[in-house]
Amino acid sequence: MPISQHPTSNLFMTNSKRIPWRDWLAGYLFASPFIIGLLVFVAYPIGYALWLAFQKTDLDFGGLTTKFVGWANFEKVFTDPIAQQALYNTAYYTVFAVPLQLIFSFSLAMMLTQPLRFRDFYRAGFYLPIIVPVVASAVVWQRVFHPDYGILNDFLSWFGVPAQKWLFDKNLAKPAFIFMSLWQIGRQMVIFIAGLGNIPQSLLEAASIDGANAWDRITKITLPLMTPLIFYNLVIAIIASFQIFTPALIMTDGGPENSTLFSVLNIYREGFLFFNMGYASALAWELFVIVIGFTIAQFYISQRWVYYEE
Amino acid sequence: MSINKKTRQLLSLTALQIFATLLVLTFLMPTLWMISSSFKSSTEIFVVPIKWIPDSLRWKNYVDAFTQPALPMWDFIKNTVMVVTVSLLGTMVSSVMVAYSFARLQWPGRRLFFGIMIATLMLPGIITLIPRFIMFKDFGWINLTIPIIDVYFPWLPLVVPPWFAGTGLYVFLMYQFMRGIPDELDEAAKMDGANRVQILTRILLPLCKPVLATIAVFGLIQYYNEFMEPLIYLSKLDSWVLALGIRAFNDTNVQNWELVFSASVVMLIPVLVLFIVAQRYFVQGIAMTGFGGR
Repeated sequence: MPISQHPTSNLFMTNSKRIPWRDWLAGYLFASPFIIGLLVFVAYPIGYALWLAFQKTDLDFGGLTTKFVGWANFEKVFTDPIAQQALYNTAYYTVFAVPLQLIFSFSLAMMLTQPLRFRDFYRAGFYLPIIVPVVASAVVWQRVFHPDYGILNDFLSWFGVPAQKWLFDKNLAKPAFIFMSLWQIGRQMVIFIAGLGNIPQSLLEAASIDGANAWDRITKITLPLMTPLIFYNLVIAIIASFQIFTPALIMTDGGPENSTLFSVLNIYREGFLFFNMGYASALAWELFVIVIGFTIAQFYISQRWVYYEE
Repeated sequence: MSINKKTRQLLSLTALQIFATLLVLTFLMPTLWMISSSFKSSTEIFVVPIKWIPDSLRWKNYVDAFTQPALPMWDFIKNTVMVVTVSLLGTMVSSVMVAYSFARLQWPGRRLFFGIMIATLMLPGIITLIPRFIMFKDFGWINLTIPIIDVYFPWLPLVVPPWFAGTGLYVFLMYQFMRGIPDELDEAAKMDGANRVQILTRILLPLCKPVLATIAVFGLIQYYNEFMEPLIYLSKLDSWVLALGIRAFNDTNVQNWELVFSASVVMLIPVLVLFIVAQRYFVQGIAMTGFGGR
């Protein structure tokens, strides 16, 4: 069940009878790991990152030294060509990868809810890439894309497509990452399969009797009923795509010519290779605001297209 | 007419069956290629067109991968097992506690904190990366040698946050499940004089086994996969986890693809076995929450 749908109203304490303090204390005690964790590992760091974003930092053996520099870091965020390139790369990746992932995983789910044989085998097969450790899959895909000995060019040659340089070509490196991300859509697929299983068969049959063809049934019944899950997958996929890191670090380390330098990779470099932690925090805050902004905007826009059954 | 329709349906299903088979084979290709190449010799890897079945299974690749002096694979494996175990244990204990509080206890602010927990599921984690690093550095946890007993333990930044319900998703899963257990059970136990800890551990937890298994499976995959945090926290080679080891292995063996592949297969095997054994918990968990895996 998508979180956005979750009935938090259930939690309303409807009875007005006084709760003894012992119950309160027990409640806080049992919840204390979360409350402490939230304060120490989430809330404080977010605030600290904001403070850092206004500092020039040096990290040496004596520890971290900071000096207030006002908006200088943020000015650099908006003028540094590398930062702009990283943001462009990230946006490019997200804009193409996310819709393609959704279309692909939805189609797979539709296919795997048909009365096929060996359905469980197919599902497991499409889900398997999610199980492959991220580092291992990056290592393998680096070679899948290899111009001479990779399986992608080998596969494409069956169809007469000439060999491409993929990760060594600045125009094809980002598409290569997008292509790789389509291999990892098992989770979205499983969510869609679960949702498709909940669509009442009687609705589809009734539409059939009324003369609706397959296309109409998909667009007029299945899709509208699936919008909550499409929305859910969309939100999660966008958050994840904006933060792509591990494959980029391992497969290309940002190259060629910074064409796969994504935002998080840039933040990692600034923070942990160049030790500009103040500037890196400003970059992180920029990305943070963009991702949160997108998420909130989507919740807002979703009121127009997501259909919730009463 | 109806026979015609039936044959048409059968035909399209058959076509779909063939299509699905081809597609799933394509999907499996990178993984199969990785496994097959891990048994090849160098000369078999660098041939065009690709040779899918090696002449003989070179188990030696695996031996070589493990005996490279530059990268102590056994240490990486030991470290990984330790980090994953401690993190997972913390996740289970803290998730159970917090979920119990949200699902069963009455306290002011409960709704607020629950809402915040849901919101943190959508929090872009990158924002806490740098400040957490500085914070842990201030704590003295980075490259820590525990004083008095003089034990080198640089993994605290990785294994401590899970003890504080670091992943709200697992609390949420647990919470959902506990809400489905009738309150009357608690009440009855209370009548019999059980306290809250007893209610939780003796009454609720035994009923929560399926969801505990789901959390264990997801958590295991998550901590096993963790790359970015070990990358910034673990600087000394002998403290590395497998994920870092494979990456370094990849960087240092540019020519020896077969070794890189066999090292990757080594990292894949445990999760693959887990997937085969516990498949239903994966599917159950994803269907319940929409998250999971990594």
